[in-house]
Amino acid sequence: MNSRRPAFRHPDLPKNDLGYTRRDYEGGDSTLCAGCGHDSITNGIIQACFELSIEPHRVAKLSGIGCSSKTPAYFLNKSHGFNTVHGRMPAIATGANMANRDLLYIGVSGDGDTASIGMGQFVHVARRNLNMVYIVMNNGCYGLTKGQDSATADKGSSSRKGRPNPFEAIDLCEMAVQLGAGFVARGFSGDKEQLVPLLKAAILHKGFALVDVISPCVTFNNTETSTKSYHWVRDHMEASGTFDFIPERQEITARYEEGATQSVALHDGTVIHLHKSDNAFDVTQRRAAINALEDHREKGQILTGILHINETLQDTHDILETTDKPLNALTQEELCPGNQTLQQIFETYR
Amino acid sequence: MKKLTRVNDFVIRFANVNGSGSASANNLFAKAVFRLGIPVSPKNIFPSNIQGLPTWYEVRVSEQGYLGRRGGYDFIVAINGQTLEKDYDDLLPGGYFLYDSTRALSDHFKRRDITPIGIPLTDICNREIKNPKLRPLLKNILYVGAIAFLLDMDFSVLTDSITKQFSKKPKLAAPNIRCLELGFNYASEHFKDVCKLSVKRSNKLSTHILMDGNSATALGAVYAGATVAGWYPITPSTSVIESFDTFTRQYRLDETGKRKAAIIQAEDELSALGIAVGAAWNGVRSFTATSGPGISLMNELLGLAYFTEIPVVLVNVQRAGPSTGMPTRTQQSDTLACAYASHGDTKHVMLFPSNPTECFEMAADSFDLAEILQTPVILMSDLDLGMNDHVCLPMVWDDSRQYNRGKVLDREQLETLTKDWGRYLDTDGDGICHRTYPGTHPEKGAFFTRGSSHDEHAVYTEDNDAYKRCMERLTRKWQTARTLVPKPRIKTDDGTAAGGLILYGTTAHAAYEAVEMLGKKGIALDTMRLRGFPFQDEVCDFIDRYGKVFVIEQNRDGQMRTLLMNELCLVPDNLISITHIDGTPIDARFISQSIETELSKTQPPKGGAL
Ligand SMILES: Cc1ncc(C[n+]2csc(CCOP(=O)(O)OP(=O)(O)O)c2C)c(N)n1
Ligand code: SF4
Ligand SMILES: [Mg+2]
Repeated sequence: MNSRRPAFRHPDLPKNDLGYTRRDYEGGDSTLCAGCGHDSITNGIIQACFELSIEPHRVAKLSGIGCSSKTPAYFLNKSHGFNTVHGRMPAIATGANMANRDLLYIGVSGDGDTASIGMGQFVHVARRNLNMVYIVMNNGCYGLTKGQDSATADKGSSSRKGRPNPFEAIDLCEMAVQLGAGFVARGFSGDKEQLVPLLKAAILHKGFALVDVISPCVTFNNTETSTKSYHWVRDHMEASGTFDFIPERQEITARYEEGATQSVALHDGTVIHLHKSDNAFDVTQRRAAINALEDHREKGQILTGILHINETLQDTHDILETTDKPLNALTQEELCPGNQTLQQIFETYR
Repeated sequence: MKKLTRVNDFVIRFANVNGSGSASANNLFAKAVFRLGIPVSPKNIFPSNIQGLPTWYEVRVSEQGYLGRRGGYDFIVAINGQTLEKDYDDLLPGGYFLYDSTRALSDHFKRRDITPIGIPLTDICNREIKNPKLRPLLKNILYVGAIAFLLDMDFSVLTDSITKQFSKKPKLAAPNIRCLELGFNYASEHFKDVCKLSVKRSNKLSTHILMDGNSATALGAVYAGATVAGWYPITPSTSVIESFDTFTRQYRLDETGKRKAAIIQAEDELSALGIAVGAAWNGVRSFTATSGPGISLMNELLGLAYFTEIPVVLVNVQRAGPSTGMPTRTQQSDTLACAYASHGDTKHVMLFPSNPTECFEMAADSFDLAEILQTPVILMSDLDLGMNDHVCLPMVWDDSRQYNRGKVLDREQLETLTKDWGRYLDTDGDGICHRTYPGTHPEKGAFFTRGSSHDEHAVYTEDNDAYKRCMERLTRKWQTARTLVPKPRIKTDDGTAAGGLILYGTTAHAAYEAVEMLGKKGIALDTMRLRGFPFQDEVCDFIDRYGKVFVIEQNRDGQMRTLLMNELCLVPDNLISITHIDGTPIDARFISQSIETELSKTQPPKGGAL
């Protein structure tokens, strides 16, 4: 939206543990269409970072190209951002993460950016288990190039162009589970109550965390006949369950009914308690997650919530056995072996 | 017949089947010559295949220190039946033809101007070596032993090399040494005084090393402090990263044994360069290494790095194109593709090493250059330089040297900023602006990097003037680059030269030798070896000085000549292209003959309407 926000700040705005208000997590004004789902996800990211008391400047936000990929300019103004090229955000994020393991990496992509041109990169960043949050703003179309069907558009769904999509849809979540991603979730831009906790859990997860957010394109793909419209998604979405967080060291006061809750401890000690609904399945099991996704797909439903979580995986740095200190903090003394060693090396070349 | 008779001055060519273990035997021979103190230059001419196709290994032995290819073969070791006839025909008159006489040569082989040396290699192996699995490998060692006798070599150098090579598995040394002896003895019994080529210990080499360019490049990256490498395997660049991996596993570990380097084998070259770009953006020195097909894939990201001003080093070990071309043969055919890689107005800094010493130095310098200029720097190596061993002096790392990380604002500097800061705000006119790394300061220095057009404060803009200002500043930066890239090496005599000669990269050895050859015939040429792009004034001045300037290169279209004309706005009349394109390294005889032919042509009338 192009409307300017008032500069006035209310003195009583709530502050988080770091003393920051929500404002401190905002970005520039959005230039997306009024009502675009992507703007709601932007707000979700702002809210999640605010609630988790993330230091804004310790975040690196990256994206590819598309309406969705523009959004990093609209959140976290105090963070460095990198709007890369179409489909290549995962590689840039990989390099960035290798250079400094201590930052939080938030990658934003679109369904075109991820499921078509960037599919190779998406697949490989997932299998590398890069420690990052990978958000797909999934509208089933190419917004920025004016509404062509994307590879996540459901077969038979039709956008404003009116021609039903004849191709099979790619389910990024199902794929990510198969690829061994440690955190896979699906949200809906129209459901903030669910989205913000999903994003928070993804941020706290160590390793690759995919959050596929269905995010209607109001301009090109919000028709009666589209399965990525607000209307359709609201009518067909089923949550895998609700959940809440118990941050590290906080006493657990709530009592959960036996069998109705599944608890998963995250890397930093936070515990997620998943309250099972009728759609319940064991989210720590890959096979269960895939079955659940397939079952819902067959019924024409969209399964949302945390779909899979595995806290036991090694991330890229663990796999490569890199030093604990960020590589970009190493000094010349720590990196250069010196002339004496060089001359020793040459002994093997004589 | 007059037999070729020379000491420490000949070319020997081994013709083998690839995958038969011949390379290590042939290398054993080359290394022995090196250890005898004689300048030597081995060149492996191999197929893109794992087993069964023809492969050649050429060794030039040159007391005088000529390390390029000379052209022609004086001694051929013909072990490959598939190429026997061709190898036979390729031998120079007066030369020696060593073959496996287990099978007699057919009637075709009736040259009277050469000396055949038949040794029943297979027979001897079958008789003497019990384990049939070892026979093919040891057959190669057998002919090395025979050559040692024929060339009158100090035998102990070979046995010492074997002992050294198998120091960890001494059991394997014994059969190898026995085969050397078998070959040596057979030759001494049957071919006494037959071969008039010989190898005599010399003192031409002192502290020299025998090293491939890719290892030297990798060492340069280690010494320059590179920590992140993204890559995708491709001949002939693969060993750059593999060496970087080996060196960092040894010399870059922290106290707990963890690695101070991250090497990622990516899914393709787009990702490989993307990883390097992301890492450089986040404040480390990073690089990738590839060859032609990878360069084509990297184009979009090179443009991104150019326009967003991210310092990244790209090592291009060139091979013969186009497309898959000849993946295991050498060429200098990516000059233009790299100079202007990517869409839109882009230009890239290039460095042209011509030996392992320069691979090391230029690799190390390229990281400084990239960070000073905040732009990609491409190191233009090639297969000949990268994968063959070259005699060179050991490089020296100046321990007092400090990495020049360019204009980067740290937390202190951000804290005390008094003036307006913009990521793309040029404050001193050199076209280079101050950058910041992510995570440096809670309130200051964050900016948004984007490949779309941006103003001085890195804010998206479609304002025509802002876009123009940015592009013009990048041109200013290019002018700054001219002052920083390595200067050409110019050799001029007393002003009597008949013309000038421009060369770069691995053409150097053969070209300098050709110039000497021509000099002896009374044709004096001044030379200029290009070492960097953009070109400096010296380059233009050199070309202006002569009526004829030969541009020697290893590609079809004279790409460097085109680049010179384009960048220096030259009228091309006096720039004569001499190109060598068959995929083998260029040789001195080819160059001198081509120049003689060109000079014998009548000079076309100069001038006309401009
Ligand atoms: C290499 C390349 N090809 C094509 C384009 C044009 N392009 C820009 S955005 C886009 C599609 C974006 O779709 P998606 O990722 O779904 O983002 P959305 O706009 O729907 O949020 C395309 C094809 C481009 N920028 N780069
Ligand atoms: S075109 Fe669609 S995706 Fe793009 S901003 Fe408009 S509503 Fe959003
Ligand atoms: Mg889309």
